[in-house]
This record gives sequence, C-alpha cells and structure tokens, in this order.
Amino acid sequence: MIVAEKKPIEEIIDMVKDHEKLLVVGCNECVTVCEAGGKKEVGVLASALRMYFMNQGKKVDIDEITLERQCDHEYLEELRARIDQYDAVISLACGVGVQFMAETYFNTPVYPGVNTCFMGVTEERGVWSERCQGCGQCILGRTAGICPISRCAKRLLNGPCGGSAKGKCEISKDLDCAWQLIIDRLQELDRLDDYEEIAPIKDWSTERAGGPRTVVREDVRQ
Amino acid sequence: MSTKTPSKLEKILDSGALAVTSECGPPRGSDPAAITRKAEMIKDYVDAINITDNQTSVTRLCSLAACIHLKQMGLEPVLQMVVRDRNRIAVQSDILGAASFDIYNMLCLSGDHQQFGDNPQGQNVFDLDSMQLLQTVRRMRDEGKFLGGDDIQRPPRMLVGAAANPFADPFEIRVPRLAKKIAAGAEFIQTQCIYNLEKFEEWMKLARDRGLHEKVHILAGVTPFKSAGMAKYMKNRVPGMDVPDDVVKRMSGVPKENQPQEGIDICVETITRLQECEGVRGFHIMAIEWEEKVPEIVERSGLYPRPQV
Ligand code: SF4
Ligand code: SF4
Repeated sequence: MIVAEKKPIEEIIDMVKDHEKLLVVGCNECVTVCEAGGKKEVGVLASALRMYFMNQGKKVDIDEITLERQCDHEYLEELRARIDQYDAVISLACGVGVQFMAETYFNTPVYPGVNTCFMGVTEERGVWSERCQGCGQCILGRTAGICPISRCAKRLLNGPCGGSAKGKCEISKDLDCAWQLIIDRLQELDRLDDYEEIAPIKDWSTERAGGPRTVVREDVRQ
Repeated sequence: MSTKTPSKLEKILDSGALAVTSECGPPRGSDPAAITRKAEMIKDYVDAINITDNQTSVTRLCSLAACIHLKQMGLEPVLQMVVRDRNRIAVQSDILGAASFDIYNMLCLSGDHQQFGDNPQGQNVFDLDSMQLLQTVRRMRDEGKFLGGDDIQRPPRMLVGAAANPFADPFEIRVPRLAKKIAAGAEFIQTQCIYNLEKFEEWMKLARDRGLHEKVHILAGVTPFKSAGMAKYMKNRVPGMDVPDDVVKRMSGVPKENQPQEGIDICVETITRLQECEGVRGFHIMAIEWEEKVPEIVERSGLYPRPQV
C-alpha cells in the first residue's frame, strides 16, 4: 500500500486559514490502513480545525466525508453535486488522490493533509516500512525476493557495501542491511552461488528517471 | 596479469615487488598547495598516491583536479571515483577527463552515504554501483566503447582497482564479493584498514583457496592510530571497521604523549607481519592528515627505497 503520515496541524492551518467553508475528505484505502487519512483521521482533523478557528473567533464551516477511493473517477464524482458549496478541500488521500481531486474539481483549491511517504507494508500496528520504489522492471526474482532498490540506502544491485555491520545498514542501527537480508535468504534457499552473478547495469528509464510514466492496456481499455 | 597500461603501479606490481601506495585527501578549499604539500612529504616513499573523492561525503576539492596537480608534479595519481555523486554520463565523462591528463590508475567505489557529510539533505545518484563502475572503465579501456555502444577516440588506459573490506558483514560473502569484483574487472584491490590480523589472514586464506590472489593484486590497507581516542572512535563509530579490544587496550596502555609512536609501531608491525602473508602484493598506507609519518612507516617496514621503473 501507499504509506502516508499526517501533516502537522499548524501546516494545515497555515494553508487553509483564509477559507471559510472547508471540506475534509478522507480515503478508505491505503491511508485508512496506515491511519493517516481515513474516516477516523478526518474526524480528528476536522475537530481540531473547528477548535482552532473557534478560539480565533473566526467562523469557519468544516464538513467531513470519506470516499471509497480518491484515485478513481467513480468515487470522486460523488462530490460533484456539493463541491461548489466549499471554498476549499483538504484531502487526506495520498498525493495521488489529492491530485486527482484537483484535476476533477478544477476550480476548487485542494490542499494535502498528509505527507505521502512510500509504498510499503505494515510490520506491526504503528510501524510501516518501505518495500518498493516502482522501478518499472522488477528484479526481485534475482534478489531472493528482497528489493535492494527500495531497501538498500545506496540502491546497490551488487551489494553489500563495506558499511554493512551486524546485519544493519551503515546509515542507521535501526535499519536492516538489505544485502544482509538478501544473502540470508539466498542461503536459506540454497542459492548462495547466485550471489556471484553480477547484476547488469540497470535500465532506469522505466523508473522516475524516464519521466512521468503511463501504463496503457488496450485489451482492457473501453 | 600482463601489463596493459602505462601505469607505474602496474609495472611495479607486475615486477613482483611489493607496491606501496598512500593517499591524500583534497582540501576543503581551492588552495592547490594543500595537496602538493602533502604529496611532497610522501612522494619518494610511495609508488602512487590515491586522491579521495569527497570522502565521508564531505564536500572537498574534486579528486580529478587534485590528481592533475599530482600529475603536474610528475607523480603517479590514483583517481578515486564514487558512484554516489555521478550518473553514467558524468562517470564516463570524468574518466575521459582523467585520461586526457594521462591518469593511469583509478579506484572504483560506491562512496559513503551522503548522510555522513555536510549535505545530508542532498540527493544521491547510484546510477551504477561500484561493480558496474569497474565494468564501465574496463569496457571503455578494453573495448574502446562508451556504455551506449559508440566508439571512443583515444580510449582511457588505466589500471582499474576496487576496495575490499574483509571485515564487513556478512563474512561468508566477503570472498565471493572479492571474486565478483575481479570478475567485474578489478586488477588491484586496496583493503579496508587492517587491525584484526587474524581475520584478515583468514580472509586471505579463503581468497587463496580460490586462487583469487593470482587474479588480482591485493594491497593491504593500514592506518596508524594517532591516539587511543582515535582507536576507540574507529572501533565504535566508523562503519565496517574492525578494531580488536587488545589493540585499543595497547593504545590506551601508554601515556598520551607516547600514543602517536605506539600507533606508528602497530602500523609497522602490521606491515611487517603481512609481508609474510601469501597473496599480499603491497600496502596502502592511509595516514589520515598525518602524511608526514608515511616515510617513517615505509622505511621501518623495510620498503624503502622504492623500485625505479
Ligand atoms: S525491483 Fe523495482 S518493482 Fe521490484 S520491488 Fe524493487 S522497486 Fe519495486
Ligand atoms: S549497509 Fe547494506 S543496505 Fe546499507 S547501503 Fe550498504 S549495502 Fe545498502
């Protein structure tokens, strides 16, 4: 899933302080799971904003809604009938949802309520960590199912570097060295010999480096 | 391993003599004297001088420019290049730049993560890794081709080296990793600073078991401690460094004013012992901001005078 973190309330206030009618829009997908932008967080943010503006002696109306998704037209359309009632929207979806909202409602200012961080997993409640950077040419088949692009601090395809110590990465004792994980798993799979194959220079054009990406599937297109 | 480049380092290694290299860190400013002064101190005691490339990710005068200063002094530089700061266009371009000044040695590294330096908020590149950098230089030199496939006019002619850390984890792949670097094109290896001699000798034995010592010239890396504090710092703070307790104890066991001498003694003892280690083809003395001690270390280790080639 896409993992996000709540933005500090001060930052949100600073963005929306000149508006008088606000809609806070949550998303029922990833940001709900990572507890940054679901129904619960929409409620918490809306209450905090109401409290703030009340203390400031300012009348600001704040409504709440949480959509099934903000990255699909179908669900965003549910706001069509009422969007004009608002001066601005605070979207608690990931950056994808925020943008799609802005594209869909071209006249309405849209502000992000979360910082979108990465694609990752829930290790345990309250702990999420990165697993993929969407490089567009997955190499997990060669790396024992562990991604060195997202999990090695130097994205080494032929790691580990000389800084790997006691299973941890040179940049932090709290971070596993991806290459230690890869080697442990190669060993477990009895494939340590694969380690000696040199991973070729990667074609990064399928990644961010190649510019904004689009996937077009004619077979499913309508 | 037949001679392929005009590198003096290569000639010495091929002659069978033990090679001695050292290194100079460029200044955090643009005064060329900061490099030439260090080089003056050591030039008669070493065969080649590495110039570090923004080591520990602290911004400094560039390695290539510093190498050119050495070249203009008639010395033999080893251009260090990290893949942290350059994409494949910059890598190839800098290699050609070095080749245009007839720089004949290069050391291919990944580079420390930028969070250790003065710009922790910067981007990193890592378009290639150090293994792929080795392949890139070898391709440019041996095939005369750019990565993109086009021909290079007047290809670079450099001896290609890599670093090896026998002490980093996981230990079980330290020798396979050396084999991999050789397969990628490394012709010489400079190791991480050696304080744990037993572990280094075990690594060398495993390398010999696979015949790797005959495929690559291994230069054992040494760094003299200036103080017990430095020994402790290296033990606890520097990633991938293995400083055994008894070495720290030995440094702490002498009065402060004698600690520099103790550090030099340990360094000389290490070199003397490792001269007996089969497969060690020379020494890389990294006297960090202590270049004036290199002559003493070289002389006392019986490695002076240096061969003339
Ligand atoms: S290799 Fe690429 S696609 Fe596969 S997990 Fe890593 S970043 Fe994602
Ligand atoms: S320590 Fe491991 S994860 Fe960290 S940069 Fe080095 S190889 Fe990558």
